[in-house]
Amino acid sequence: MSATGTVSEPSLGMDSFDSFEDTLRRLREAFKAGQTRPVEFRVAQLQGLGHFLGANKQLLQDALAEDLGKSPFESDISEIILCQNEVDLAIKSLQTWMKDEPVATNLLTKLSSAFIRKEPFGLVIIIAPWNYPLNLMIMPLVGAIAAGNCVLLKPSEISKNTEKLAELLPQYLDQSCFAVVLGGPEETGQLLEHKFDYIFFTGSPRVGKIVMAAAAKHLTPITLELGGKNPCYVDDSCDPQTVANRVAWFRYFNAGQTCVAPDYILCSQEMQERLLPALQSAILRFYGDDPKTSPNLGRIINQKHFKRLQGLLGCGRVAIGGQSEESERYIAPTVLVDVQETDPVMQEEIFGPILPLLTVKNLEEAIDFINRREKPLALYAFSNNSRVNQVLDCTSSGGFGGNDGFLYLTLSAMPLGGI
Amino acid sequence: MERQVQRLRQAFRSGRSRPLRFRQQQLEGLCRMVQEREKDIVEALAADLSKSALNAYSHEIISILGEIDFMLRNLSDLASAKPAKKNLLTMMDEVYVQPEPLGVVLIIGAWNYPFVLTMQPLVGAIAAGNAVIVKPSELSENTAKLLAKLLPQYVDQDLYAVINGGVEETTELLKQRFDHILYTGNTAVGKIVMEAAAKHLTPVTLELGGKSPCYIDKDCDLDVACRRITWGKYMNCGQTCIAPDYVLCEASLQDQIVQKIKETVKDFYGENIKASPDYERIINLRHFKRIHSLLEGQKIAFGGETDEATCYIEEIFGPILPIVPVKNVDEAINFINDREKPLALYVFSRNNKLIKRMIDETSSGGVTGNDVIMHFTVNSLPFGGVGSSGMGAYHGKYSFDTFSHQRPCLLKSLKGESVNKLRYPPNSQSKVSWAKFFLLKQFKKEKLQLLLLMFVGVVTAVVVKVNQSSVVVTKAKWPRKPKLLQEFADFWSKSLKL
Repeated sequence: MSATGTVSEPSLGMDSFDSFEDTLRRLREAFKAGQTRPVEFRVAQLQGLGHFLGANKQLLQDALAEDLGKSPFESDISEIILCQNEVDLAIKSLQTWMKDEPVATNLLTKLSSAFIRKEPFGLVIIIAPWNYPLNLMIMPLVGAIAAGNCVLLKPSEISKNTEKLAELLPQYLDQSCFAVVLGGPEETGQLLEHKFDYIFFTGSPRVGKIVMAAAAKHLTPITLELGGKNPCYVDDSCDPQTVANRVAWFRYFNAGQTCVAPDYILCSQEMQERLLPALQSAILRFYGDDPKTSPNLGRIINQKHFKRLQGLLGCGRVAIGGQSEESERYIAPTVLVDVQETDPVMQEEIFGPILPLLTVKNLEEAIDFINRREKPLALYAFSNNSRVNQVLDCTSSGGFGGNDGFLYLTLSAMPLGGI
Repeated sequence: MERQVQRLRQAFRSGRSRPLRFRQQQLEGLCRMVQEREKDIVEALAADLSKSALNAYSHEIISILGEIDFMLRNLSDLASAKPAKKNLLTMMDEVYVQPEPLGVVLIIGAWNYPFVLTMQPLVGAIAAGNAVIVKPSELSENTAKLLAKLLPQYVDQDLYAVINGGVEETTELLKQRFDHILYTGNTAVGKIVMEAAAKHLTPVTLELGGKSPCYIDKDCDLDVACRRITWGKYMNCGQTCIAPDYVLCEASLQDQIVQKIKETVKDFYGENIKASPDYERIINLRHFKRIHSLLEGQKIAFGGETDEATCYIEEIFGPILPIVPVKNVDEAINFINDREKPLALYVFSRNNKLIKRMIDETSSGGVTGNDVIMHFTVNSLPFGGVGSSGMGAYHGKYSFDTFSHQRPCLLKSLKGESVNKLRYPPNSQSKVSWAKFFLLKQFKKEKLQLLLLMFVGVVTAVVVKVNQSSVVVTKAKWPRKPKLLQEFADFWSKSLKL
């Protein structure tokens, strides 16, 4: 799908902030002219997205490897395949999604037709993060395109290599309706001074507040996908190895840089003693004797985060792992014990391959601990009995996984969001 | 104020507001309040807006009773977990979305329909299981005082509270942390509310306003159209967020429209409109003066009489209806699209295609075709704005959803660990092919596919452990290869490298 741009556009369809106002105006005019409305147009754009993913698969894998040390397996299953799936789903379902939804009428309106009409908002801006730089840019983009909007994409400047590939995107889309803008926090702040009809932001709660405050000035509706410390409760009734396999996999995937990864474990003292060797065994099996040489373990995105995580290694006591290597931004799959609630590792979202284990006396104490803190994006509970349901009933979180990790994300029939 | 919010939060944390039976009791309490104290409510509305008893009942009280009735009838359905479509990997698991209460909700009401605009959201918030603080508008003083007096007598005092006050108290209230804020009012304050909410990342529903256009096509029954527009425009003395704000029509229609509206106004309110018990008043002097000044320099087709002493105004926003002539429908559409998105759009025409075209080519919170206001009364329709007319929606199911968190849940069992080996490192390309298959196929509950799944599950476990020859033997036993099985065959030959 080749792009159709006007003569004044830079050839890659990528704009620097100098012609930024022009870009916004161009996109708004295209929307006003009704370009993005016809279903054929939307399908064509989605197909263009599909081509982008297919034609650049190798390049994308390479970029993700450069940015985050992601193995082709991780890139495929957590980014490329999921995006392709979303594109396919949208193309298949578009007609149904776009249909007017008839509703029940009351006696007074029985002779009328009442329905809900789905309409695009207009100009949407999608601000993507660096940890799943492709997924968290393309997934919302699919939705925005399917709904008939014009979209401005702001990929993360921190995942530099993926950012470069994002610049190719407009070539596969109609450039009068879609554009990519590059820049850091300062440029993004300037961007947000302008009016958008919808803002989709994925990132930290701290920046989320800034985005929402900026949106408030224009009364722009927003979706904020933020983060939190996702608790993982492990009941005594479980088989430690099964639990360890699942928790370890989800914790160390993408070197722990996943917003829905289990952030810390809550379990009894006895369970902790059984879990530790099981975790050791799982880590050994997944990453071998020397995880640094395993092609399956990712790397920390940049120096700033590496140093932050290195600092956290001093909390409590290192039971497993604990090694780090600055030149590679490598941190070993680590498990910490004897961690206090007041330790730095429990004050912020870890976002790295470090798993603290905290002991609680019983389920009630665990639930209390969880409810004392901010609502997390995800909550996990492992149990062989109905305890899982108890945790579910007494807590609140964006999403919930019983006896597993964030597999629920792969179900496109379920909403993904926080609270 | 912080203490009050804390108290409600503690009450919410205790879990008392969650059981459906409790929510039903509270809603029934509200219903009793409306029915038993109808006289008091009507009196307050009369004092605030000179609303007649009949108008108060049909504009405000009926809506509440309808909403409470809806919630009571549908509560268990609304609050139940909704199963979601699974993929192959989660076939044996429980997959559903669970609606949950958000916590402590703040509802800020408006003065134009002071009762319904605080109570209707309250009904939704209670039904969804939240604790609620209601902040009625201080401009409609009597209703505000009445709500503060009545609510504690009919619903749980630890979970639901009324806080009254002006700008200062509201600002203080907005500094506190809530789990959702629903605000009805004007755009300027809407921005202030959202900014305050941003500090706590509190989601908001903003029901704002805007100039709701009303296009009258030349092909329509002008009598009926003008009658309906007159009704919608002058009810509550024009102080309705979804009143038709201005009319767009072809110049040739203008005189007829004015004439018909004039006649209808006489029909509704009599010769001496000021004496009509059905005609309301402007809320206060400040608004009266503001609206009065809008009349200056305008060509008044009819009306325009004012009486400052009783805040009586005829035909000004409120009750001012500007008629803007346009050449044709295209110009009307452009006129509308050049302005901010309104809360409502009205189109009068016998030509359905024209109505559909106006809907297709413009945007607004909601639409009523060939009438005004009525989409508000259908509680299966979400009521809300877009752009500067607001964000979010409520009424009926949409109230329930607005005040709930839809929480996706995936419950697996600790068994079946061998299938998980697919995803654990060390990785390989064959594992990707497996993953692709398992993740991407969605299933309907058909016996054949279920059987296929069990077959796959068993064989996968076996394949991981046994040697090549058994796999080859199993493969040869298949009589034919439908597409799905062909894919299995492909994966299996790749999986030999597992």
